[in-house]
Amino acid sequence: MPFGNTHNQLKMNYSAAQEYPDLSKHNNHMAKVLTEELYAQLREKATPSGFTLDDVIQTGIDNPGHPFIMTVGCVAGDEETYEVFKELLDPVIEDRHGGYKPSDKHKTDLNPDHLKGGDDLDPDYVLSSRVRTGRSIRGFCLPPHCSRGERRAVEDLAVEGLGSLDGDLKGKYYALKNMTDEEQQQLIDDHFLFDKPVSPLLLASGMARDWPDARGIWHNDNKTFLVWVNEEDHLRVISMQKGGNMKEVFNRFCTGLTKIESLFKDKGHEFMWNEHLGYVLTCPSNLGTGLRAGVHVKLPCVSKHEKFGEILKRLRLQKRGTGGVDTAAVGGVFDISNADRLGFSEVDLVQMVVDGVKLLVEMEKRLEKGQSIDDLMPAQK
Amino acid sequence: MASTFSRVLTGRRTAMLLASLGTGALATGYLMSDINYAGAIERRKLYPPSADFPDLRKHNNCMATNLTPAIYSRLRDKVTPNNWTLDQCIQTGVDNPGHPFIKTVGMVAGDEESYEIFADIFDPVIKERHNGYDPRSMKHHTDLDSSKITHGQFDERYVLSSRVRTGRSIRGLSLPPACSRAERREVEHVAVQALAGLKGDLAGRYYRLGEMTDLEQQRLIDDHFLFDKPVSPLLTCAGMARDWPDARGIWHNFDKTFLIWINEEDHTRVISMEKGGNMKRVFERFCRGLKEVEKLIHERGWEFMWNEHLGYILTCPSNLGTGLRAGVHVKIPNLSKDPRLSKILDNLRLQKRGTGGVDTAAVGDTFDISNLDRIGRSEVELVQLVIDGVNYLIECEKRLEKGQDIKVPPPISQFRK
Repeated sequence: MPFGNTHNQLKMNYSAAQEYPDLSKHNNHMAKVLTEELYAQLREKATPSGFTLDDVIQTGIDNPGHPFIMTVGCVAGDEETYEVFKELLDPVIEDRHGGYKPSDKHKTDLNPDHLKGGDDLDPDYVLSSRVRTGRSIRGFCLPPHCSRGERRAVEDLAVEGLGSLDGDLKGKYYALKNMTDEEQQQLIDDHFLFDKPVSPLLLASGMARDWPDARGIWHNDNKTFLVWVNEEDHLRVISMQKGGNMKEVFNRFCTGLTKIESLFKDKGHEFMWNEHLGYVLTCPSNLGTGLRAGVHVKLPCVSKHEKFGEILKRLRLQKRGTGGVDTAAVGGVFDISNADRLGFSEVDLVQMVVDGVKLLVEMEKRLEKGQSIDDLMPAQK
Repeated sequence: MASTFSRVLTGRRTAMLLASLGTGALATGYLMSDINYAGAIERRKLYPPSADFPDLRKHNNCMATNLTPAIYSRLRDKVTPNNWTLDQCIQTGVDNPGHPFIKTVGMVAGDEESYEIFADIFDPVIKERHNGYDPRSMKHHTDLDSSKITHGQFDERYVLSSRVRTGRSIRGLSLPPACSRAERREVEHVAVQALAGLKGDLAGRYYRLGEMTDLEQQRLIDDHFLFDKPVSPLLTCAGMARDWPDARGIWHNFDKTFLIWINEEDHTRVISMEKGGNMKRVFERFCRGLKEVEKLIHERGWEFMWNEHLGYILTCPSNLGTGLRAGVHVKIPNLSKDPRLSKILDNLRLQKRGTGGVDTAAVGDTFDISNLDRIGRSEVELVQLVIDGVNYLIECEKRLEKGQDIKVPPPISQFRK
C-alpha cells in the first residue's frame, strides 16, 4: 500500500524545478547522481506497486550524509525499482560497487567446497567468525514500501519454511511482539536480538513502520544459524560461531540458504535474483551477494601501523568496531570483513576474508615480536 | 480519466470551492482504483482490509481506542483528492502505542479533506480528545475581538510571562504530513509574502532555517524562538520532518513580541508573547496580527482552512477549533504544594506543564498554566477563562502566603450553552 509521497499525480501540477530537492549540502551517492534533469525525467514514473522516485530518494534527502562516509541515499521498494529507476540506480550502483556496469553479469557461487582453507584461522586472535546475507521474496514489496498485510505474509512464509528445517538446522521462531522477558533476555545475551532501528538512515525510508508487527528472529537450537525476519530486508541470514573456523561457518551458511531456497520453491516462491544484480535487496549497497563475511580479530599492533588502512584497502577488506557498522573498535579487537558485495561471488568474497585475515594475523605476530612486516605487504586485489 | 479528475481537483480554486460546499461534497471519497498504478486492483483483492488491520492490542491512544476493523475496512481504500489514505493518517498512532503521561491522539490529517473522507474515525477521535465535542451536531464559534477581554493584567510578582499561540493552515495546500516539497515551498512563499506586508509594531523579518548564519541562529536560540527538527517519534512517524530544513523558517517582528513558525507541525504557528503579565495586550496583538495576515493572504486569493464544525483546521485533531493555547509562566510556591491544586485546575479547565513545554516537568515553583480546551469555546472565551483562572490561582497563592485557607472553585462548564 502507498506510503509517504506516493500521491504522485498531485506533484505533476508543479514543475520539476519546484519539486526538485535541495541537495546542495548533501554528500551521498544519490545526491551525486540526481541532477534536476534526471529528476524531471524520472518523477512521473512509478513501479507497478506504486513506488515513486521520491520514495526511492527520501532517505537520501533527509540524511545529507557524513563528510567521511559516503552513504547510498536511496532504497528500493520492490524488485522493479531497480528497473524503473535504472537511470538513477545504475550510476549509484556503479559508483558504490567499484565501477560495476549496467552490462556486467554477477556470478553466484554458494558451493562451500570451492573455498580453499578457512578452517585454521588462529583462535588466539580470531575470536569469532560470521557470514551474513539477505534474501527477498519475489512478489512482495520490500520493507520501505510493504503494507502490513504483505509484511505478515512474508513472516508467515518465512516461519513456515524455517519450520521445516531439520538436523543441526532445526530451530524456533521468536516473534518480536510476543516474546517473554526471559526469551528477550536470552536473545540479548546471545547477541541475536535486533531492535527497532534508530538510525535516521533507516527510519527515513519507512522500514520501521508498524514496529514490531511481523518482525522476529529464528535461530537453530545450536545457536549457529540465525534468520532475521522483516528488519531491513525480508530475511537476513546469519551463520556464526566462536573461533576461527570460517570454513564451517560458510558450509552451514550455504547449506542453510540452499535448503531454505528449496523449501520456498516447494511452496511456489522464489528469491528475487537476476543475472545482472544478483540477489535483490532493499539497499543498493547489498546487491549481488549481499554477503558480509567477517571475523572479530585481535589486532592491537597492526591496527596502529601507519599502513593499516592501505593494507585493508589492498586486501579489499573493511574494519568496523565490534558493535557493528556504526561503532568504533574496543581494546584492539576489530570486526574485519569484505568490502565488496557485487561483482564477486560468495566464494570469492569469503576467500578474500580468509586469506586476508590470515595475513593480518601473521602481521600481528611479527609486530608483536618487533619485526617488520614490509615483506608481507600485499598487492592490490 | 483519473488524471484529468485529479488535475481538476488539485487546483486551489477548486479546493476552496469544494471546501465551501461543505461536508456532503466529499463524503464518498475517491476509490484507490482511480489512482493510475497497475497493480492497485489486484493488490486490494490479495490483501483485504483484514490482512492490513493494525495490531493495536498494546496501544493506548485515541485512534487505537476508536478504530474498529469495520471502520478500517470501510475506509482503507478511500483517498482524499490529494490521494492521501487512512493508513497514512494513522501511521503515527500505529508506530507510537502510547505516552506515559498523556493519551496521545494517534492520527493526523494530510489535508483538509481528510477530516471529511475519514470522518468515521476522525469524529469519534475528536469527540474523545475534546471531551464530548461532536463535529456532526455541534458548531464552533470563532471570536477574535480582543476588546471583550477584562482583567487581563496580572500581578507581575507572580506572572513572569504571557503567551498565546495558535496555528493556521493555507487552504488548497496539503498539510505537513502529506505535502510535497513544492507545496511546502508554496506555503512558505504565501506566508512570507503576507508577513512582509505587516507594518508598525508588527513589522518584522523572516529567517529561513537552512540559511541562517550562526550568529542569527544563536540569537534565535537565546530568544527562545528557534525550533529545530522534530525528534519526537509522534511527529517523525507522521512524516512531517521530511526534507528538513527545506522551506522551514521563523518570522518575528522587530519588537520580538509576535512570532510565526513556518512549516513545522502546521503550515503556520502564530505566537504572541511578552515578559510580564499583560495578557490583554498579548491577545490584542495576537488578534490584530492574525487579522492582518488573513487580509494580506486574501489579497492574493488565498484563505485559511476553516469550517463551522471544526473551526480552524490543523494537522493534529487536538488543535482543531481555536488551535489556541493561552498560557502564563506563574510562580506559585505555596499552591504548588497544596494537594488540591489538581482539582482546582481541573475545575477551572486549566492544565499545568513544566516551563520547557508540553513534555517537561515543572521546575521549582514556576508552572506553565494554560487552557485545557481548544474547541467548543471561542478564542475570547478561552483567553478570558485563562485570565480568570490564573487570577484565581494568584488569589489562592496570596491567601496561602498569609496562612489563610483556599477554596476549590465550582467546575466551569466545558462548552458554551
